[in-house]
Amino acid sequence: MTFFKAAKMKKTLFVGAAVMAAAASGLAYAAGGGGTGNYKMEHVHWHFKGAMGTYDKAAAQRGYQVYREVCASCHALEHLSFRHLGDKGAPFYNPDFPNPNDNIIVKNFAADWQIEDIDSDTGDIIERPGVPADDFPDIYPNAAAAAGSNGGAIPPDLSVIVAARGGGADYLYNLLMAYDTPKPDYVELTPGLHYNPVFEGHKIAMANPLSDDLVEYADGTPATTKQMALDVTEFLAWSADPKLEQRKGAGLMTMVYLSLLALMLWLSYKRVWRDVEH
Amino acid sequence: MSGHPSTYEPKYAATKWIDQRLPIIRMGADFMTFPSPRNLNYWYTFGGILMMCLISQIITGIILAMHYVPHVDLAFDSVQRIRRDVPFGWLLQPMHAVGASMFFLAVYVHMFRGLYYGSYKAPREILWIVGCLIYLIMMATGFLGYTLPWGQMSFWGATVITGFFGAVPVVGESLQQWLLGGYSVDNATLNRFFALHYLLPFVIAGLVGIHVWAVHHVGQNNPIGISTKTKSDTLSFHPYYTVKDGFAMVIFFLIFAFFVFYQPDALGHADNYIQADPLKTPPHIVPEWYFLPFYAILRAVPDKLMGILLMLGAIVVLFVLPWLDTSKVRSNRFRPVARKFFWIFVFFCFILGWCGAETPDDMVFSVGSKMVDGAEVPVGLNFTWLSRIATAYYFAYFLIILPVLGMVEKPLERPESITKAVLGDSAHAAPAE
Repeated sequence: MTFFKAAKMKKTLFVGAAVMAAAASGLAYAAGGGGTGNYKMEHVHWHFKGAMGTYDKAAAQRGYQVYREVCASCHALEHLSFRHLGDKGAPFYNPDFPNPNDNIIVKNFAADWQIEDIDSDTGDIIERPGVPADDFPDIYPNAAAAAGSNGGAIPPDLSVIVAARGGGADYLYNLLMAYDTPKPDYVELTPGLHYNPVFEGHKIAMANPLSDDLVEYADGTPATTKQMALDVTEFLAWSADPKLEQRKGAGLMTMVYLSLLALMLWLSYKRVWRDVEH
Repeated sequence: MSGHPSTYEPKYAATKWIDQRLPIIRMGADFMTFPSPRNLNYWYTFGGILMMCLISQIITGIILAMHYVPHVDLAFDSVQRIRRDVPFGWLLQPMHAVGASMFFLAVYVHMFRGLYYGSYKAPREILWIVGCLIYLIMMATGFLGYTLPWGQMSFWGATVITGFFGAVPVVGESLQQWLLGGYSVDNATLNRFFALHYLLPFVIAGLVGIHVWAVHHVGQNNPIGISTKTKSDTLSFHPYYTVKDGFAMVIFFLIFAFFVFYQPDALGHADNYIQADPLKTPPHIVPEWYFLPFYAILRAVPDKLMGILLMLGAIVVLFVLPWLDTSKVRSNRFRPVARKFFWIFVFFCFILGWCGAETPDDMVFSVGSKMVDGAEVPVGLNFTWLSRIATAYYFAYFLIILPVLGMVEKPLERPESITKAVLGDSAHAAPAE
């Protein structure tokens, strides 16, 4: 009777915890939802989803190229430094360069950007090529300049954009793909706004940024709009959660360890209580 | 500690010397051999689980505070820096954020358990009240902590909550400005919130000490609510409950770890990854999940001050619960009617949480529509009304049902002792639960 009772209570406990957790996450998700009008959201099976998911490095590398050649004309990556591109779990990680500051590809990428600095001899403001330790530079000198150049809308920072939108990577991918949706007649656009059913309110200041063959991929992959949308989303998903691979790796170890510990404690419990009615 | 004579014998010269001066080893030894009711079930493991939650939050929190920058221009960046560049920051930051949710999950289970088994009844009133105080300060700490990452929800949540104080008659506005350190949530607010968020956990730790002291003085309640009478009613805390609590803790850690490693953002809100912008109000301001039931009570009435009073009342009523429940029977196992009302209460708490997450004017269900001023308006139950029904039940449960039920309900026959109930050697054994 005692064992049965304990097992039953335990089950109730788990179910209770699971229900509360599911309810909480469901509510959180529901709060971020919104209708997408005449566009059907496409669910992508991202490489980084699932318990063992990792980033598709080739896709993320192409995604960086899309960011550099397309997005970077308006959008910054405020929370990224160039060296992050060569970190463990990052798109350009190379085991030959445990210190990403030495990574040749990362060095070249950094040097591709002009960084504002101060000449230490004269105190003049100068521009110099970037080094891996530099942060990605701001695109505009200030928010007013950003708004002024974009019809009043400030292009959001992209470094955490995938985490900052309900729906995450699927949202971003679909946002980029939804521009071709025909605009219903009842939607009236003021100049400078574009129809995008995925965007909240369906009117977005950003014009369709992607078109076929806009970039020429270094690895020869055909640069279709869909391919670019997938790739840049993969890159920005990494940017929003760069430690995902470490976390999932440590998670697996932790779960195995805790499961074994639970088993041992359960056996100890049965042994300690073996002669005790309760 | 009542009814628990110390059995500790110092063995060495050094321990004898210490024992005569400060019997701290004796205290620890007595703690480990504390006679606990032999019939405690898994719902009673949450005290220990909560202790682990508090320790985890304090350790991760202190390390995070070493890297966090409490400044409106730098706070958001510093959290990102912790997650990207600080060694193990990617682990500590989600552990602290998810840990807050886990702490509340455990405290709610702990409180519902106390409600079900009547753990607030004599002689445990002070134990219960100290617990309510801990919960109240936990809420304050959770709210203050959620402000610190300085995301959109941090900022607007803080704006909404501190706005409550503005509704206090006469002194409201000056009170609000005093709390904020200005006319709106700004750097002064963030600084004091950080200072208080660091302080309050230690206040909680102190109150937990009193809470544990109280439970060791009056002894634990148990699932049948019959006080321990003889030695055969109890078991030594160690090893019986250390091993049982330990097993339950590890199961809890498995759930905790699942969220930390695989769903670190599931319990939060995407908008908090957007840096706070005082000029841009998010379309839906929602608090963390653990505040949702109270948020629903707040919004259930149109008047702001009334809403705030109701919300506060929802917590205050817990403090006086020991005197509202008139039944002498502790455990709901022997109160067939009260038990049903209890589960309805739990159900409505979830309903309140649901209402808190939804937009008040949205419909739960509609049964058609009607024309109002030339516009089609759905007819049915909206979330405002659902939260009113749930709020009404919440208060009725404490203010009407429990006081009245204690006088009219005929409880089931109870076993004479825990020993009898456990060994089942009489017809008065506890009904299977």
